[in-house]
Amino acid sequence: MTRFAMVIDTKTCIGCGDCVVACKTENKVPDGLNRDWIVEATNGTYPHLTTEFRSERCNHCSNATCVTLCPTGASHHWKDTNIVLVDPDMCTGCKACIAACPYDARFVMHPDGYVDKCTFCHHRVEEGLDPACVSSCPTHCMHFGSLDDPHSKVNHLLKTRTHKVLNPETGNYPNVYYLT
Amino acid sequence: MSEELFVTARSNALIDPSLHIWTWEVAMYLFLGGLTAGIMIFAALMTLRDKHHVAPFAATRLAVLAPIVLSLGMTTLFLDLEHKLFVFRFYTSFRVLSPMSWGAWILLIIYPVSILQVLSTLRAGFPKVVPFVERVAIASRVLDWCEANKRQIAMTAIPFAAALGIYTGILLSAFNARPFWNSGVLAPLFMISGMSTAAALVALVAQEHSERALFTKIDVILIIGELALVALFIINLATGSKQQLEVLDSVTGGPYTLVFWVLFVGIGLVIPLLLELLEIRGFGRRLAMVAPVLVLLGGYVLRQVMLDVGQESNWTNYSTQYNSELLQRLPHSD
Repeated sequence: MTRFAMVIDTKTCIGCGDCVVACKTENKVPDGLNRDWIVEATNGTYPHLTTEFRSERCNHCSNATCVTLCPTGASHHWKDTNIVLVDPDMCTGCKACIAACPYDARFVMHPDGYVDKCTFCHHRVEEGLDPACVSSCPTHCMHFGSLDDPHSKVNHLLKTRTHKVLNPETGNYPNVYYLT
Repeated sequence: MSEELFVTARSNALIDPSLHIWTWEVAMYLFLGGLTAGIMIFAALMTLRDKHHVAPFAATRLAVLAPIVLSLGMTTLFLDLEHKLFVFRFYTSFRVLSPMSWGAWILLIIYPVSILQVLSTLRAGFPKVVPFVERVAIASRVLDWCEANKRQIAMTAIPFAAALGIYTGILLSAFNARPFWNSGVLAPLFMISGMSTAAALVALVAQEHSERALFTKIDVILIIGELALVALFIINLATGSKQQLEVLDSVTGGPYTLVFWVLFVGIGLVIPLLLELLEIRGFGRRLAMVAPVLVLLGGYVLRQVMLDVGQESNWTNYSTQYNSELLQRLPHSD
Protein backbone atom coordinates (compact mmCIF):
# COMPACT_ATOMS: atom_id res chain seq x y z
CA MET A 1 0.00 0.00 0.00
CA THR A 2 1.37 3.40 -1.01
CA ARG A 3 1.01 5.71 1.98
CA PHE A 4 0.24 9.35 1.41
CA ALA A 5 0.49 11.64 4.40
CA MET A 6 -0.40 15.20 5.23
CA VAL A 7 1.92 16.97 7.64
CA ILE A 8 0.64 20.17 9.23
CA ASP A 9 2.86 22.49 11.24
CA THR A 10 0.90 23.76 14.24
CA LYS A 11 3.70 26.26 14.93
CA THR A 12 3.02 28.16 11.71
CA CYS A 13 -0.72 27.57 11.26
CA ILE A 14 -2.63 30.72 12.16
CA GLY A 15 -6.12 29.24 11.77
CA CYS A 16 -7.02 31.55 8.88
CA GLY A 17 -9.39 29.03 7.30
CA ASP A 18 -8.05 29.31 3.75
CA CYS A 19 -7.75 25.51 3.57
CA VAL A 20 -11.44 25.21 4.38
CA VAL A 21 -12.41 27.70 1.69
CA ALA A 22 -10.05 26.09 -0.85
CA CYS A 23 -11.63 22.69 -0.23
CA LYS A 24 -15.16 23.99 -0.61
CA THR A 25 -14.22 25.75 -3.83
CA GLU A 26 -12.19 22.92 -5.36
CA ASN A 27 -14.64 20.16 -4.49
CA LYS A 28 -17.87 22.17 -4.75
CA VAL A 29 -18.92 21.12 -1.25
CA PRO A 30 -22.52 22.33 -0.73
CA ASP A 31 -23.56 24.99 1.75
CA GLY A 32 -23.65 23.82 5.34
CA LEU A 33 -21.28 20.88 4.79
CA ASN A 34 -17.55 20.78 5.45
CA ARG A 35 -14.88 18.26 4.52
CA ASP A 36 -12.29 20.06 6.64
CA TRP A 37 -12.33 22.41 9.59
CA ILE A 38 -10.02 24.17 12.02
CA VAL A 39 -9.78 23.48 15.72
CA GLU A 40 -8.22 25.83 18.23
CA ALA A 41 -6.88 23.91 21.21
CA THR A 42 -5.92 25.77 24.35
CA ASN A 43 -4.15 23.99 27.16
CA GLY A 44 -2.57 24.92 30.48
CA THR A 45 -3.36 27.28 33.35
CA TYR A 46 -3.39 31.07 33.04
CA PRO A 47 -0.96 32.73 32.46
CA HIS A 48 0.87 29.62 31.19
CA LEU A 49 -1.38 28.80 28.28
CA THR A 50 -0.50 27.25 24.94
CA THR A 51 -2.61 27.43 21.83
CA GLU A 52 -2.41 25.35 18.70
CA PHE A 53 -4.43 25.53 15.52
CA ARG A 54 -5.16 22.27 13.74
CA SER A 55 -6.58 21.97 10.25
CA GLU A 56 -8.50 18.68 10.48
CA ARG A 57 -10.11 16.30 7.98
CA CYS A 58 -10.39 12.61 7.19
CA ASN A 59 -7.18 10.96 8.37
CA HIS A 60 -7.09 8.45 5.50
CA CYS A 61 -6.28 5.77 8.02
CA SER A 62 -4.18 2.77 7.02
CA ASN A 63 -6.52 0.61 9.14
CA ALA A 64 -9.71 2.45 8.21
CA THR A 65 -12.66 1.12 10.22
CA CYS A 66 -15.02 2.94 7.84
CA VAL A 67 -13.73 0.72 5.02
CA THR A 68 -13.88 -2.45 7.13
CA LEU A 69 -17.44 -1.88 8.32
CA CYS A 70 -18.94 -0.64 5.04
CA PRO A 71 -21.41 -3.36 4.00
CA THR A 72 -21.18 -2.76 0.25
CA GLY A 73 -17.57 -1.87 -0.48
CA ALA A 74 -18.55 1.74 -1.31
CA SER A 75 -15.88 2.94 1.14
CA HIS A 76 -12.58 1.75 -0.23
CA HIS A 77 -8.87 2.40 -0.40
CA TRP A 78 -8.10 4.10 -3.73
CA LYS A 79 -5.71 2.24 -6.06
CA ASP A 80 -3.91 0.36 -3.28
CA THR A 81 -3.10 3.58 -1.42
CA ASN A 82 -4.31 4.69 1.99
CA ILE A 83 -6.55 7.33 0.39
CA VAL A 84 -10.10 6.45 1.45
CA LEU A 85 -12.85 7.24 -1.05
CA VAL A 86 -16.60 6.62 -1.23
CA ASP A 87 -18.14 5.38 -4.47
CA PRO A 88 -21.57 7.11 -4.61
CA ASP A 89 -22.95 4.40 -6.90
CA MET A 90 -22.16 1.73 -4.30
CA CYS A 91 -23.32 3.70 -1.25
CA THR A 92 -26.75 2.93 0.27
CA GLY A 93 -26.55 5.77 2.78
CA CYS A 94 -26.72 3.32 5.70
CA LYS A 95 -24.31 5.58 7.63
CA ALA A 96 -22.32 2.70 9.18
CA CYS A 97 -19.09 4.39 8.03
CA ILE A 98 -20.11 7.64 9.77
CA ALA A 99 -20.54 5.73 13.03
CA ALA A 100 -17.26 3.91 12.36
CA CYS A 101 -15.15 7.07 11.99
CA PRO A 102 -13.51 8.10 15.28
CA TYR A 103 -12.80 11.55 13.79
CA ASP A 104 -16.41 12.31 12.76
CA ALA A 105 -14.99 13.26 9.36
CA ARG A 106 -17.86 11.94 7.24
CA PHE A 107 -21.27 13.34 6.42
CA VAL A 108 -24.30 12.71 4.23
CA MET A 109 -24.11 14.62 0.95
CA HIS A 110 -27.19 16.76 0.37
CA PRO A 111 -29.45 16.45 -1.43
CA ASP A 112 -28.11 13.23 -3.00
CA GLY A 113 -27.87 11.04 0.11
CA TYR A 114 -24.55 9.24 -0.35
CA VAL A 115 -21.77 9.65 2.19
CA ASP A 116 -19.01 12.14 1.42
CA LYS A 117 -15.74 13.27 2.97
CA CYS A 118 -12.22 14.57 2.23
CA THR A 119 -10.60 12.73 -0.68
CA PHE A 120 -7.07 14.14 -0.22
CA CYS A 121 -8.02 15.68 -3.62
CA HIS A 122 -7.07 12.39 -5.30
CA HIS A 123 -7.96 13.95 -8.68
CA ARG A 124 -5.14 16.44 -8.13
CA VAL A 125 -2.79 13.86 -6.59
CA GLU A 126 -3.24 11.78 -9.73
CA GLU A 127 -1.82 14.71 -11.72
CA GLY A 128 1.09 15.16 -9.36
CA LEU A 129 -0.47 18.17 -7.61
CA ASP A 130 -0.97 18.78 -3.91
CA PRO A 131 -4.49 18.76 -2.43
CA ALA A 132 -6.25 22.13 -2.76
CA CYS A 133 -5.96 22.91 0.95
CA VAL A 134 -2.19 22.36 0.90
CA SER A 135 -1.73 24.45 -2.26
CA SER A 136 -3.68 27.39 -0.91
CA CYS A 137 -2.16 27.62 2.57
CA PRO A 138 -0.72 31.17 2.87
CA THR A 139 1.74 30.25 5.65
CA HIS A 140 2.90 27.06 3.91
CA CYS A 141 2.23 25.11 7.08
CA MET A 142 0.67 22.18 5.21
CA HIS A 143 2.67 19.53 3.38
CA PHE A 144 1.63 16.51 1.37
CA GLY A 145 3.56 13.56 -0.02
CA SER A 146 4.39 9.90 0.02
CA LEU A 147 5.76 8.24 3.13
CA ASP A 148 7.24 5.55 0.92
CA ASP A 149 9.62 8.04 -0.68
CA PRO A 150 12.54 8.45 1.77
CA HIS A 151 13.41 11.85 0.24
CA SER A 152 9.91 13.34 0.40
CA LYS A 153 9.29 16.54 2.32
CA VAL A 154 6.80 14.83 4.61
CA ASN A 155 9.34 12.14 5.55
CA HIS A 156 11.99 14.77 6.20
CA LEU A 157 9.65 16.76 8.46
CA LEU A 158 8.59 13.68 10.42
CA LYS A 159 12.23 12.66 10.89
CA THR A 160 13.36 16.08 12.11
CA ARG A 161 10.38 17.46 14.06
CA THR A 162 8.34 16.23 17.00
CA HIS A 163 4.90 15.27 15.83
CA LYS A 164 1.66 13.58 16.77
CA VAL A 165 -1.44 12.09 15.19
CA LEU A 166 -4.96 12.42 16.60
CA ASN A 167 -6.23 9.60 18.82
CA PRO A 168 -3.62 6.97 17.91
CA GLU A 169 -5.26 4.75 20.56
CA THR A 170 -8.04 3.95 18.13
CA GLY A 171 -5.63 1.69 16.26
CA ASN A 172 -6.77 3.18 12.96
CA TYR A 173 -3.25 4.37 12.01
CA PRO A 174 -4.22 7.87 10.83
CA ASN A 175 -2.04 9.58 8.20
CA VAL A 176 -2.53 13.27 9.03
CA TYR A 177 0.40 14.35 11.19
CA TYR A 178 0.73 17.49 13.29
CA LEU A 179 4.15 19.01 13.97
CA THR A 180 4.25 20.27 17.55
CA MET B 1 -7.74 24.10 31.18
CA SER B 2 -8.01 21.99 28.06
CA GLU B 3 -10.40 23.46 25.57
CA GLU B 4 -10.83 22.50 21.94
CA LEU B 5 -13.22 24.44 19.78
CA PHE B 6 -14.02 24.89 16.11
CA VAL B 7 -12.62 28.07 14.63
CA THR B 8 -14.26 27.54 11.26
CA ALA B 9 -17.94 26.64 11.19
CA ARG B 10 -18.67 22.94 11.17
CA SER B 11 -22.34 22.08 11.37
CA ASN B 12 -22.56 18.96 9.22
CA ALA B 13 -26.14 17.69 9.43
CA LEU B 14 -26.52 14.52 11.56
CA ILE B 15 -22.92 14.90 12.81
CA ASP B 16 -22.81 18.17 14.71
CA PRO B 17 -23.07 19.09 17.53
CA SER B 18 -23.13 15.36 18.32
CA LEU B 19 -23.72 12.32 16.16
CA HIS B 20 -27.40 11.53 15.58
CA ILE B 21 -27.36 9.55 12.35
CA TRP B 22 -29.66 6.76 13.55
CA THR B 23 -32.99 7.57 15.16
CA TRP B 24 -36.27 5.72 15.83
CA GLU B 25 -36.25 3.90 12.48
CA VAL B 26 -33.11 1.94 13.37
CA ALA B 27 -34.16 1.43 17.01
CA MET B 28 -37.48 0.04 15.79
CA TYR B 29 -35.71 -2.29 13.35
CA LEU B 30 -33.35 -3.54 16.07
CA PHE B 31 -36.40 -4.21 18.27
CA LEU B 32 -38.48 -5.89 15.56
CA GLY B 33 -35.50 -7.91 14.29
CA GLY B 34 -34.88 -9.28 17.79
CA LEU B 35 -38.60 -9.99 18.21
CA THR B 36 -38.63 -11.90 14.89
CA ALA B 37 -35.65 -13.99 16.01
CA GLY B 38 -37.42 -14.84 19.27
CA ILE B 39 -40.68 -15.68 17.47
CA MET B 40 -38.92 -18.08 15.08
CA ILE B 41 -36.91 -19.74 17.84
CA PHE B 42 -39.94 -20.34 20.10
CA ALA B 43 -42.09 -21.55 17.21
CA ALA B 44 -39.31 -23.99 16.25
CA LEU B 45 -38.72 -25.16 19.81
CA MET B 46 -42.42 -25.83 20.39
CA THR B 47 -42.51 -27.88 17.18
CA LEU B 48 -39.37 -29.83 18.05
CA ARG B 49 -40.56 -30.59 21.58
CA ASP B 50 -44.11 -31.50 20.48
CA LYS B 51 -45.76 -28.89 22.70
CA HIS B 52 -48.94 -28.66 20.62
CA HIS B 53 -51.16 -29.40 23.59
CA VAL B 54 -49.43 -27.20 26.14
CA ALA B 55 -48.69 -24.31 23.79
CA PRO B 56 -50.97 -24.54 20.75
CA PHE B 57 -50.51 -20.89 19.73
CA ALA B 58 -46.72 -20.95 19.80
CA ALA B 59 -46.55 -24.37 18.12
CA THR B 60 -48.94 -23.68 15.27
CA ARG B 61 -49.73 -19.98 14.80
CA LEU B 62 -46.85 -17.93 16.18
CA ALA B 63 -44.58 -18.48 13.16
CA VAL B 64 -46.88 -16.45 10.91
CA LEU B 65 -45.95 -13.31 12.85
CA ALA B 66 -42.26 -13.63 11.92
CA PRO B 67 -42.39 -12.47 8.28
CA ILE B 68 -44.95 -9.78 9.20
CA VAL B 69 -42.89 -8.34 12.06
CA LEU B 70 -39.67 -8.64 10.05
CA SER B 71 -41.24 -6.83 7.09
CA LEU B 72 -42.27 -3.97 9.37
CA GLY B 73 -38.73 -3.84 10.70
CA MET B 74 -37.20 -3.86 7.26
CA THR B 75 -39.57 -1.07 6.23
CA THR B 76 -38.32 1.17 9.04
CA LEU B 77 -34.74 0.18 8.19
CA PHE B 78 -35.33 1.17 4.58
CA LEU B 79 -36.75 4.51 5.76
CA ASP B 80 -33.43 5.18 7.46
CA LEU B 81 -31.35 4.78 4.29
CA GLU B 82 -30.20 8.11 2.84
CA HIS B 83 -29.46 6.76 -0.65
CA LYS B 84 -32.54 4.58 -1.03
CA LEU B 85 -32.37 3.80 -4.75
CA PHE B 86 -29.06 2.06 -4.15
CA VAL B 87 -30.42 -0.37 -1.54
CA PHE B 88 -29.70 -3.23 -3.97
CA ARG B 89 -25.99 -2.60 -3.38
CA PHE B 90 -26.25 -4.65 -0.17
CA TYR B 91 -26.62 -7.65 -2.47
CA THR B 92 -23.91 -6.99 -5.06
CA SER B 93 -21.14 -7.90 -2.62
CA PHE B 94 -20.47 -9.74 0.62
CA ARG B 95 -18.04 -8.06 3.01
CA VAL B 96 -16.85 -10.66 5.44
CA LEU B 97 -15.61 -8.17 8.06
CA SER B 98 -18.76 -6.02 8.00
CA PRO B 99 -21.49 -7.21 10.39
CA MET B 100 -23.99 -5.10 8.43
CA SER B 101 -23.18 -7.06 5.28
CA TRP B 102 -23.74 -10.30 7.21
CA GLY B 103 -27.03 -8.85 8.43
CA ALA B 104 -28.20 -7.97 4.93
CA TRP B 105 -27.62 -11.53 3.75
CA ILE B 106 -29.11 -13.05 6.91
CA LEU B 107 -32.27 -11.00 6.30
CA LEU B 108 -32.45 -12.34 2.76
CA ILE B 109 -32.12 -15.96 3.91
CA ILE B 110 -34.44 -15.57 6.89
CA TYR B 111 -37.49 -14.87 4.66
CA PRO B 112 -37.68 -18.24 2.85
CA VAL B 113 -36.86 -20.08 6.10
CA SER B 114 -39.60 -18.19 7.88
CA ILE B 115 -42.12 -18.84 5.08
CA LEU B 116 -41.32 -22.57 5.20
CA GLN B 117 -41.87 -22.46 8.96
CA VAL B 118 -45.31 -20.87 8.41
CA LEU B 119 -46.26 -23.42 5.73
CA SER B 120 -45.22 -26.35 7.93
CA THR B 121 -47.81 -25.38 10.55
CA LEU B 122 -50.45 -23.76 8.31
CA ARG B 123 -52.94 -26.65 8.33
CA ALA B 124 -52.75 -27.04 12.10
CA GLY B 125 -52.78 -23.32 12.89
CA PHE B 126 -55.01 -21.78 10.24
CA PRO B 127 -57.39 -24.47 8.92
CA LYS B 128 -59.78 -21.83 7.53
CA VAL B 129 -57.08 -20.34 5.34
CA VAL B 130 -55.93 -23.67 3.88
CA PRO B 131 -58.78 -24.08 1.31
CA PHE B 132 -57.90 -20.69 -0.19
CA VAL B 133 -54.21 -21.55 -0.34
CA GLU B 134 -54.87 -24.95 -1.86
CA ARG B 135 -56.68 -23.39 -4.81
CA VAL B 136 -53.21 -22.99 -6.25
CA ALA B 137 -52.45 -26.36 -7.84
CA ILE B 138 -49.01 -26.88 -6.34
CA ALA B 139 -49.87 -25.51 -2.87
CA SER B 140 -51.22 -28.76 -1.51
CA ARG B 141 -48.04 -30.62 -2.37
CA VAL B 142 -45.90 -27.83 -0.92
CA LEU B 143 -47.86 -27.98 2.33
CA ASP B 144 -47.49 -31.78 2.39
CA TRP B 145 -43.74 -31.47 1.93
CA CYS B 146 -43.40 -28.77 4.60
CA GLU B 147 -45.45 -30.78 7.10
CA ALA B 148 -43.45 -33.91 6.43
CA ASN B 149 -40.23 -31.96 6.99
CA LYS B 150 -41.38 -29.64 9.75
CA ARG B 151 -38.77 -30.87 12.24
CA GLN B 152 -35.97 -30.27 9.74
CA ILE B 153 -37.42 -26.84 8.93
CA ALA B 154 -37.60 -26.02 12.65
CA MET B 155 -34.00 -27.13 13.15
CA THR B 156 -32.92 -24.94 10.22
CA ALA B 157 -34.88 -21.97 11.54
CA ILE B 158 -33.14 -21.92 14.94
CA PRO B 159 -29.56 -21.12 13.81
CA PHE B 160 -30.71 -18.56 11.23
CA ALA B 161 -33.02 -16.87 13.76
CA ALA B 162 -30.19 -16.88 16.31
CA ALA B 163 -27.95 -15.22 13.70
CA LEU B 164 -30.63 -12.56 13.16
CA GLY B 165 -31.01 -11.99 16.90
CA ILE B 166 -27.31 -11.77 17.62
CA TYR B 167 -25.85 -9.92 14.63
CA THR B 168 -27.40 -6.56 15.55
CA GLY B 169 -25.49 -6.60 18.84
CA ILE B 170 -22.27 -7.58 17.07
CA LEU B 171 -22.88 -4.79 14.56
CA LEU B 172 -23.00 -2.09 17.23
CA SER B 173 -20.17 -3.61 19.28
CA ALA B 174 -17.88 -3.57 16.21
CA PHE B 175 -17.73 0.24 16.20
CA ASN B 176 -14.52 1.02 18.07
CA ALA B 177 -15.25 4.68 17.32
CA ARG B 178 -18.25 4.52 19.71
CA PRO B 179 -16.91 3.48 23.11
CA PHE B 180 -20.40 2.87 24.60
CA TRP B 181 -21.11 0.11 22.06
CA ASN B 182 -17.63 -1.35 22.01
CA SER B 183 -18.53 -4.31 24.24
CA GLY B 184 -19.04 -7.97 23.38
CA VAL B 185 -21.92 -8.12 25.88
CA LEU B 186 -24.22 -6.33 23.42
CA ALA B 187 -24.63 -9.42 21.23
CA PRO B 188 -26.03 -11.79 23.90
CA LEU B 189 -27.93 -8.87 25.46
CA PHE B 190 -29.81 -8.16 22.23
CA MET B 191 -30.34 -11.87 21.62
CA ILE B 192 -31.82 -12.54 25.05
CA SER B 193 -33.89 -9.35 24.91
CA GLY B 194 -35.33 -10.45 21.54
CA MET B 195 -36.30 -13.82 23.00
CA SER B 196 -37.78 -12.17 26.09
CA THR B 197 -39.97 -9.86 23.98
CA ALA B 198 -41.14 -12.85 21.91
CA ALA B 199 -42.00 -14.81 25.07
CA ALA B 200 -43.92 -11.76 26.30
CA LEU B 201 -45.78 -11.56 23.00
CA VAL B 202 -46.90 -15.19 23.36
CA ALA B 203 -47.93 -14.61 26.98
CA LEU B 204 -49.95 -11.60 25.78
CA VAL B 205 -51.70 -13.22 22.81
CA ALA B 206 -52.11 -16.91 23.76
CA GLN B 207 -55.57 -18.03 24.87
CA GLU B 208 -54.66 -21.18 26.82
CA HIS B 209 -53.76 -20.73 30.47
CA SER B 210 -51.14 -23.50 30.23
CA GLU B 211 -49.41 -21.64 27.40
CA ARG B 212 -49.44 -18.29 29.16
CA ALA B 213 -48.06 -19.97 32.29
CA LEU B 214 -45.28 -21.69 30.32
CA PHE B 215 -44.17 -18.52 28.56
CA THR B 216 -44.42 -16.45 31.72
CA LYS B 217 -41.95 -18.88 33.33
CA ILE B 218 -39.68 -18.74 30.29
CA ASP B 219 -39.80 -14.94 30.37
CA VAL B 220 -38.85 -14.85 34.06
CA ILE B 221 -35.68 -16.81 33.27
CA LEU B 222 -34.91 -14.59 30.29
CA ILE B 223 -35.44 -11.34 32.21
CA ILE B 224 -33.11 -12.55 34.99
CA GLY B 225 -30.54 -13.38 32.30
CA GLU B 226 -31.03 -9.96 30.71
CA LEU B 227 -30.55 -8.19 34.05
CA ALA B 228 -27.30 -10.12 34.54
CA LEU B 229 -26.08 -9.04 31.11
CA VAL B 230 -27.03 -5.41 31.81
CA ALA B 231 -24.94 -5.64 34.99
CA LEU B 232 -22.00 -7.08 33.00
CA PHE B 233 -22.38 -4.32 30.42
CA ILE B 234 -22.19 -1.63 33.11
CA ILE B 235 -19.21 -3.34 34.82
CA ASN B 236 -17.49 -3.50 31.44
CA LEU B 237 -17.96 0.25 30.93
CA ALA B 238 -17.03 1.15 34.50
CA THR B 239 -13.71 -0.69 34.18
CA GLY B 240 -13.02 0.52 30.65
CA SER B 241 -11.11 3.29 28.92
CA LYS B 242 -11.35 7.03 29.58
CA GLN B 243 -13.87 7.35 26.73
CA GLN B 244 -16.01 4.57 28.23
CA LEU B 245 -15.89 6.11 31.70
CA GLU B 246 -16.98 9.46 30.23
CA VAL B 247 -19.95 7.97 28.43
CA LEU B 248 -20.93 5.94 31.49
CA ASP B 249 -21.69 9.30 33.11
CA SER B 250 -24.55 9.69 30.63
CA VAL B 251 -26.43 6.86 32.35
CA THR B 252 -25.16 7.40 35.89
CA GLY B 253 -26.32 10.91 36.64
CA GLY B 254 -26.22 12.30 33.11
CA PRO B 255 -29.07 13.01 30.68
CA TYR B 256 -29.95 9.34 29.97
CA THR B 257 -30.06 8.18 33.61
CA LEU B 258 -33.86 8.23 33.92
CA VAL B 259 -34.47 6.54 30.57
CA PHE B 260 -31.91 3.82 31.24
CA TRP B 261 -32.62 2.97 34.87
CA VAL B 262 -36.29 3.89 35.29
CA LEU B 263 -37.80 3.24 31.85
CA PHE B 264 -35.59 0.35 30.68
CA VAL B 265 -34.33 -1.42 33.82
CA GLY B 266 -37.21 -0.50 36.17
CA ILE B 267 -40.35 -0.43 34.05
CA GLY B 268 -39.03 -2.67 31.27
CA LEU B 269 -37.35 -5.42 33.33
CA VAL B 270 -37.74 -5.33 37.13
CA ILE B 271 -41.46 -4.49 37.40
CA PRO B 272 -42.55 -7.09 34.79
CA LEU B 273 -40.25 -9.62 36.48
CA LEU B 274 -41.97 -9.02 39.82
CA LEU B 275 -45.43 -9.13 38.22
CA GLU B 276 -44.60 -12.40 36.44
CA LEU B 277 -43.24 -13.93 39.65
CA LEU B 278 -46.50 -12.96 41.40
CA GLU B 279 -48.51 -14.43 38.54
CA ILE B 280 -46.66 -17.75 38.77
CA ARG B 281 -47.60 -17.88 42.46
CA GLY B 282 -51.22 -17.22 41.60
CA PHE B 283 -51.43 -13.52 42.44
CA GLY B 284 -52.32 -10.60 40.26
CA ARG B 285 -53.92 -12.58 37.42
CA ARG B 286 -56.00 -9.53 36.53
CA LEU B 287 -52.77 -7.73 35.75
CA ALA B 288 -51.54 -10.55 33.52
CA MET B 289 -51.57 -8.29 30.46
CA VAL B 290 -49.41 -5.62 32.07
CA ALA B 291 -46.12 -7.52 32.39
CA PRO B 292 -45.82 -8.58 28.72
CA VAL B 293 -46.67 -5.07 27.52
CA LEU B 294 -43.96 -3.66 29.78
CA VAL B 295 -41.45 -6.25 28.53
CA LEU B 296 -42.20 -5.26 24.93
CA LEU B 297 -41.85 -1.58 25.83
CA GLY B 298 -38.57 -2.34 27.62
CA GLY B 299 -37.28 -4.17 24.56
CA TYR B 300 -37.81 -1.08 22.42
CA VAL B 301 -36.41 1.31 25.03
CA LEU B 302 -33.25 -0.84 25.30
CA ARG B 303 -32.55 -0.37 21.58
CA GLN B 304 -33.41 3.33 21.59
CA VAL B 305 -31.29 4.20 24.62
CA MET B 306 -28.38 2.09 23.34
CA LEU B 307 -28.53 3.89 19.99
CA ASP B 308 -28.84 7.36 21.50
CA VAL B 309 -26.09 7.06 24.11
CA GLY B 310 -23.78 5.12 21.78
CA GLN B 311 -23.90 7.80 19.13
CA GLU B 312 -23.04 10.48 21.64
CA SER B 313 -19.99 8.56 22.79
CA ASN B 314 -16.89 9.49 20.81
CA TRP B 315 -13.17 10.19 20.68
CA THR B 316 -13.37 13.82 19.64
CA ASN B 317 -15.58 16.29 21.38
CA TYR B 318 -15.15 19.82 20.17
CA SER B 319 -17.12 22.80 21.34
CA THR B 320 -18.54 25.04 18.70
CA GLN B 321 -19.48 28.66 18.83
CA TYR B 322 -21.09 28.52 15.41
CA ASN B 323 -24.82 29.02 15.52
CA SER B 324 -26.50 28.61 12.15
CA GLU B 325 -29.61 30.36 13.47
CA LEU B 326 -27.64 33.60 13.58
CA LEU B 327 -27.44 33.49 9.78
CA GLN B 328 -31.22 33.88 9.65
CA ARG B 329 -30.89 37.28 11.31
CA LEU B 330 -28.80 38.67 8.46
CA PRO B 331 -30.74 41.00 6.17
CA HIS B 332 -31.50 39.19 2.92
CA SER B 333 -31.21 41.01 -0.36
CA ASP B 334 -33.32 39.72 -3.25
